[in-house]
Amino acid sequence: MSKYLSKRNIWIAVAVLVYILVALWNNNSFYNLVRWTLYSTIPLAMVAMAGLYSERSGVVNIALEGIMLFGAFVGILTLNLLQHNNIDGQLVLIITVVIGGLAGLIFSLLHSYASITMKSNQVISGTALNMLSVGLAIFVGRALSSSGTEEIGFTDRYKLNIPMLKDIPVIGDILFTNVYLITLLGLLIFVVAAIIAYKTKYGLRLRACGENPHAADAAGINVYKIRYLSVSISGLLAGMGGVILIVPTSTSFKASIYGYGFLALAVLISGQWKPARVLVFSLLFGFLMNLSNGITLVQSAFDGLRANESLLQGLYNNLYLFFTHLPKDIISMTPFIVTLILLALTSKNSQGPKAAGEPYDQGKR
Amino acid sequence: MMKFLKLESTEKIISTIISIIAGMLFGLVVMLLINPSMAFGGLSAILLSGVSQGMPGIGNVLFNSAPLILTGLAVAFAFKTGLFNIGVSGQLMIGAFVAVFIGVEWGFLGPIHWVVAILGGMLGGMLWALIPALLKAYRNVHEVVSTIMMNYIAMYVSKMLIEATIYDSVRQEAREVIPSGRVPQLFLDQIFSFEKLNSGILIAILAGALIYIILEKTTFGFQLKAVGYNRDAAKYAGVNDKRNIVYSLLISGAIAGLAGAVIYLVPGTGIKLETKYAISPYGFQGIAVALLGMSNPIGTVFSGLFLGYIESANQELQSWDFKREIIDIISASIIYFSAFTLYFQKYAKKYIAKWFDKKGGATNE
Repeated sequence: MSKYLSKRNIWIAVAVLVYILVALWNNNSFYNLVRWTLYSTIPLAMVAMAGLYSERSGVVNIALEGIMLFGAFVGILTLNLLQHNNIDGQLVLIITVVIGGLAGLIFSLLHSYASITMKSNQVISGTALNMLSVGLAIFVGRALSSSGTEEIGFTDRYKLNIPMLKDIPVIGDILFTNVYLITLLGLLIFVVAAIIAYKTKYGLRLRACGENPHAADAAGINVYKIRYLSVSISGLLAGMGGVILIVPTSTSFKASIYGYGFLALAVLISGQWKPARVLVFSLLFGFLMNLSNGITLVQSAFDGLRANESLLQGLYNNLYLFFTHLPKDIISMTPFIVTLILLALTSKNSQGPKAAGEPYDQGKR
Repeated sequence: MMKFLKLESTEKIISTIISIIAGMLFGLVVMLLINPSMAFGGLSAILLSGVSQGMPGIGNVLFNSAPLILTGLAVAFAFKTGLFNIGVSGQLMIGAFVAVFIGVEWGFLGPIHWVVAILGGMLGGMLWALIPALLKAYRNVHEVVSTIMMNYIAMYVSKMLIEATIYDSVRQEAREVIPSGRVPQLFLDQIFSFEKLNSGILIAILAGALIYIILEKTTFGFQLKAVGYNRDAAKYAGVNDKRNIVYSLLISGAIAGLAGAVIYLVPGTGIKLETKYAISPYGFQGIAVALLGMSNPIGTVFSGLFLGYIESANQELQSWDFKREIIDIISASIIYFSAFTLYFQKYAKKYIAKWFDKKGGATNE
């Protein structure tokens, strides 16, 4: 492995990447690619943060996918009902996000009850919730929709330009032009959640419960209460993440969130349960999830470049052939393959919370 | 009677029955909320349709049970050795492709054709389990995340492989398996007058018995369980923990591949290998079966029969205006409640012990 990671090869890779990016810079659709990446990255970061809260408190939360899906289901259902009222569009979306978050919180209570009060196996309970939420979303969705399919549609009319901020060069174009307000809200929530987890008294207690619950208990912390609170916050974040993922990237909800809950789990583990690294890995995965859009962009960029005579002509031609002949399915599976490779490289000295997965039993102290 | 009550397996069976009843009640509540007038009819359809139609009904139950038992065994085997194999779906999809490929193309093999096809399926499943196995053993990558990623990769890989080799582009599915490649029916279809029924159910029961023997009666099984129980202790006792982790997931993957072969090596009336962007649901049902069977091979056979029995209400439910997802909801909630069984058991033990104390009998034996 390390043979291929020599300094020279890395520099060549970086140079090619920079060159592609510069070539794309003039392309207007470059901003679209970045924006699409953000639409994936921010929910992914939020849900990974949801996982961080739960696992740092000592409760493994494999139910993230299910909680996210349940939150998105209830949220989009709300949006479907509210959208044609005469309420301000942005307000409707914020209500939707809040309701989705609350739905996630309530759903996550099932996980808290099983894994904290009933001391059951947390992976089993999480798996059950994942199965349950898919079943519920399809079953209830079909019962409520007139067409008999589980699809819940909504009209897409919530993009906006933010005055003043949109005039900032580059950043203004990416973050504040033609953007969904809830995506920015998601980023803000992520940052606030990270600060709470690391800079407050509650955050310290939270992490203590995941590292050594018996010591935390001896110090007068109510482990059960902290764990309940943390898993609830986890449910809230994951539920909101579900809505924030679906609204910008789709116009209907079909009882699926494309495996983002599981991907968030992978992000959390690759990010070693730390907020900053989680954000970096979310960005990487958000980009990979939009790779097929990106490849199309690169193709069109190469189309423009091929006309020019240059020293690197041969390289262009080879890369051009490579990108145009890559089957769509191979591009689609790239994020998952990259996840495996990253996990293989980072997991050896994994620094997960020590007590995660173990039910806390006060009697064992 | 007293001895019977104190048997641990009795406690387990009683708590399983409690969780089944609780799951059914939850399903009833959901049905009542959606469509009150049909709810009780729907529940009775779920409870009775397996027996109300006589022999063909039982044949249908057996047909549905075979894949459930096998995928359940795949999950249960890994679980017994401390690994949570969520990747049964992916292993099953790859196994199914290899089996169907041999079933379609290798007619020259004559009478051993179907045996080779089944073995090929097992090999395919094994191969797909090898990657997470090596990652777990040598790179400490959590098998839950890696097998989830492998599921997504399998989804794309099997689609590409089918389309490249044995594709029937008109029907958008794999070509039909030729007669010599099908799992033999052994006149079971005539006995139960159910034309789809083949010997898959016998293979499943045999596999259950074999796995029981391996786990409970051999040194190899003991070593596997020891690693699952406490990896470090097993290592200290001289067991090669890494090799056993690899073996365990490989066997689990082989059983998953066997399930894929049994499901798809059928005549045209059975289920066809389709090409769509979806992860096979059989693997997740297998998790339900294994957990309900408490990861015991014999228990898994029975829980597979039970869930196959519920599943056979599929047709009947339509006439009560309920979709099949209600079955998924019920099995998910059964799993959820079955996670409580340890808690129930503890209380049952306490209660029984108290009861014996009052009678003045000898309790501490």
